[in-house]
Amino acid sequence: MLGRTLREVSAALKQGQVTPTELCQRCLSLIKKTKFLNAYITVSEEVALKQAEESEKRYKKGLSLGDLDGIPVAVKDNFSTAGIETTCASNMLKGYVPPYNATVVQKLLDQGALLMGKTNLDEFAMGSGSTDGIFGPVKNPWSYSKQYREKRKQKSHGENEDSDWLITGGSSGGSAAAVSAFTCFAALGSDTGGSTRNPAAHCGVVGLKPSYGLVSRHGLIPLVNSMDVPGTLTRCVDDAATVLGILAGHDPKDSTTIQDPVKPFTLPSLTDVSKLCIGIPKEYLTPALSSEVRSLWSKAANLFESEGAKVIEVSLPHTSYSIVCYHVLCTSEVASNMARFDGLEYGHRCDTDVSTEAMYAATRREGFNDVVRERILSGNFFLLKENYENYFVKAQKVRRLIARDFVNVFNSGVDVLLTPTTLSEAVPHTEFIREDNRTRSAQNDIFTQAVNMAGLPAVSVPMALSSQGLPIGLQFIGRAFCDQQLLTVAKWFEKRVQFPVIQLQELMDDCSSIFENEKLASVSLK
Amino acid sequence: MATPMLRWCCPGRRWIFAGIGGGSRHGRGVPTGSTSSGKRGQSSVAQQPLITAQKPRKGEREWAAVVGLEIHAQIASNSKLFSGSQVDFAAPPNSLVSFFDASLPGTLPAGYQITQQRLPIAVNGSLAYSVCVGQRWSQMVTRTVGVKQIQLEQDSGKSLHDNLRSQTLIDLNRAGVGLLEVVLEPDMSCGEEAAAAIRELQLILQALGTSQANMAEGQLRVDANISVHHPGEPLGVRTEVKNLNSARFLAKAIDYEIQRQISELENGGKILNETRSFDYKLGCTVPMRDKEGKQDYRFMPEPNLPPLLLYDSGSLPTGADPQQVIDIDQLREQLPELPRVTREKLVRQYGMRPEHSFALLNEVGLLEFFQNVMKETRAEPKKVTSWVLNTFLGFLKQQNLAVSESPVTPSALAELLDLLDRKAISSSAAKQVFEELWRSKGKTPAQMVAEKQLELMQDAEALELLCRSTLETHPQVVTDVKKGNPRAINKLIGLVRRATLGRADPTVIKEVLERQLSS
Repeated sequence: MLGRTLREVSAALKQGQVTPTELCQRCLSLIKKTKFLNAYITVSEEVALKQAEESEKRYKKGLSLGDLDGIPVAVKDNFSTAGIETTCASNMLKGYVPPYNATVVQKLLDQGALLMGKTNLDEFAMGSGSTDGIFGPVKNPWSYSKQYREKRKQKSHGENEDSDWLITGGSSGGSAAAVSAFTCFAALGSDTGGSTRNPAAHCGVVGLKPSYGLVSRHGLIPLVNSMDVPGTLTRCVDDAATVLGILAGHDPKDSTTIQDPVKPFTLPSLTDVSKLCIGIPKEYLTPALSSEVRSLWSKAANLFESEGAKVIEVSLPHTSYSIVCYHVLCTSEVASNMARFDGLEYGHRCDTDVSTEAMYAATRREGFNDVVRERILSGNFFLLKENYENYFVKAQKVRRLIARDFVNVFNSGVDVLLTPTTLSEAVPHTEFIREDNRTRSAQNDIFTQAVNMAGLPAVSVPMALSSQGLPIGLQFIGRAFCDQQLLTVAKWFEKRVQFPVIQLQELMDDCSSIFENEKLASVSLK
Repeated sequence: MATPMLRWCCPGRRWIFAGIGGGSRHGRGVPTGSTSSGKRGQSSVAQQPLITAQKPRKGEREWAAVVGLEIHAQIASNSKLFSGSQVDFAAPPNSLVSFFDASLPGTLPAGYQITQQRLPIAVNGSLAYSVCVGQRWSQMVTRTVGVKQIQLEQDSGKSLHDNLRSQTLIDLNRAGVGLLEVVLEPDMSCGEEAAAAIRELQLILQALGTSQANMAEGQLRVDANISVHHPGEPLGVRTEVKNLNSARFLAKAIDYEIQRQISELENGGKILNETRSFDYKLGCTVPMRDKEGKQDYRFMPEPNLPPLLLYDSGSLPTGADPQQVIDIDQLREQLPELPRVTREKLVRQYGMRPEHSFALLNEVGLLEFFQNVMKETRAEPKKVTSWVLNTFLGFLKQQNLAVSESPVTPSALAELLDLLDRKAISSSAAKQVFEELWRSKGKTPAQMVAEKQLELMQDAEALELLCRSTLETHPQVVTDVKKGNPRAINKLIGLVRRATLGRADPTVIKEVLERQLSS
């Protein structure tokens, strides 16, 4: 039951095959069993059980609120949740309990979803590994999968298996791991430079970054206001569409959301792709791309072509400037966004009381990790009067060029772009931390952050396992506000590639006691 | 025109530092009550000749002062700029703070002050104002000051330093209140000019309904940039005097600062580019401790606020939702009359002297009072003007009342002036009635006149008789008159008036007496 998709379990709830409380309890048990993954910072057990109870009452009365009623979900710990601690994995917000819900959280709750907890991330979502938060790194569930273990045994390095676990990618690694390990059916991530798509690719789940302006950011603790978008992590593309349909729409508390009304939608099942034009950006073929990802990418292109789609090579000429441009814009906004954390109204406050200025300084020194402080310093440097024109303004101009690259390509008749999501599959933590956060972010955001600068929708769909038995995802990029079309193409692709289900043998063995009570005949993981 | 917002990035820079020795906010010398003298009468600009510089002694060169102003006017609105919190000057500290105002994480856009500095709503304008050049109002000249720019801004919170307990207390009630910032070019040369320009701006903002612009309540705050130099030479180093909260202090602070800079330079000193505050008790400016050198606010565009597009009827897209677009032509049509136009109208319509038109607009509600009296009386505009500006305003000032608090209504004054106009009472009786009206509400002037028997004697025959008998009983005075003593007739007039209990018009008495004496 836990391995099902959101749609499937929703149907099961409606048919009475399982109750929301049972579902909730099973997820809670699994969360406990998989605690070592460190996917959750806070498990809101009481809240979830109470929500389940209420959901159950609605089902009994036949008054279900919809597809999400009674469905366990998780939320990245940078979305404000009323009454539930929201930390951003930072000392600065440790113990901070917001008095309000982020709009997207409220929308999920209004649909009857059960909030299982808040998921782990890099501090203030700054990172690409989910390794740099105060609660420690998130471990990729695939590290413990049968698929990966068997391949490793073949190689048999004799290394200590447990110390060689893999990173999830980030910064929404906790959400990706939570969905991947079956502890919830959907999770909210945030995506500023690839933070939803990157861990989705590494954890073998679907990661959607909607068009900028489609989903409210109110309550999402900002990283880069002009690029942040709430994202979703789900087991399949249909589930992403279901959740997006609920989250999308104008919010008076976020002036950048579009005014046009958005309705929930169901994706059509595409049978004919012959009218489709798929663009392959040639600049994305970088030397750093692993040969496995590259071959899967071209395999995917061939798949479309063999089914009758037009597949053409396109150019996004300013791609190579994207990372450095992103760095300037991101750090500048970070410098400004982080100004609010002064220890006065909420969050951490140091003991120093020599002067207000000294208090600010010590509070921020203690509250932020090196990564955050480094970005604040860089950003403030770029925004200095003498540097503003040379860095910030220039970066904004480059951003315009990058966005225009995409517009030109789409205007030339391309419907969707197909690219890798990441350079390679997930790497072991020990290897990942050999480079610093900045280098890693620059490397790992390479295929994803240009999309944020252009505000486009993009989705990472798992395609196949690598030779090591680890998931590899590909990214589809759509026209602005054509999220539905994008997902339709992604759904077609998903159906064709039949990505294998994670076999969490050991985890599931541990959970056998729970499954013993399963009254249903079909205890299948999808 | 697109007007993106900017924000700045310094932590903690959301506060304006209003440092005060000893610490409590009550020590701040800003009158808050409704009866304080600072609240109204902001017309009390010192009427002294312009001192643009010290008079040069022999062999000394002349000084010229250059004054520019930066004005922050609180926008008249029930709510703050981006949050629904109320705006109320008198509310207890931190009682008007929404999640947004406290910049809770995830509220957009919050956590820094927001300004339109780089692309203001308006640039390159001008403001005409009038100042007296002599001792009299009538010696007024119109001057013009350039308006560099007008922009929207968010107000900051307030931090109060308690030096005794070395604590800082913070009040966020004001944080996020919408401000209109007006930057006036350094086209002024003394405190009085600055005060007059501010007064005119205040009237414009009030007429437009943009701001209540009450300086005592901090709705209009002024920073002055001041420098001195020798004419023909480059401008001197300037200082900034911050947070001036009354027109009087503004004028005083500027004039003090000009003199301070001149004597500093004449004594071989140097002027530092620094921020100063005005100590209203000592009447001097002092350096501010909090400002630590030059600030780089590190502005950047605010991505959470999409550009505000302003259209005119030419550029307005067809079929645009009027709720979603701003048409400046439409707004222009809805603009109320500006004070200058009102004054010109008064001069034209009533033949009023320009200085009287200024005086009428200078007091909140006075013009309306005047116009209401005019509606109901047959008295000459000149008479009404004189009564409103001299008698009525005099009584208000004496008791420190606002026009709205006056015990005399426009109708009552109109009725009184009617009685005077048709010579039912003498002007001295009218003054008496006015005083009575001021003291005891609820009675009409006619009732007062009847009660006190103040109506003029309409019976000409009776007056003739009274005059004749007075002449008869005072032969000595009559002889004096006939001898040519010019003051003797006044004595007779006085005697008759006393006999009529003051109810006869002295000019009429004089006529009768002269006729009787010459016959």
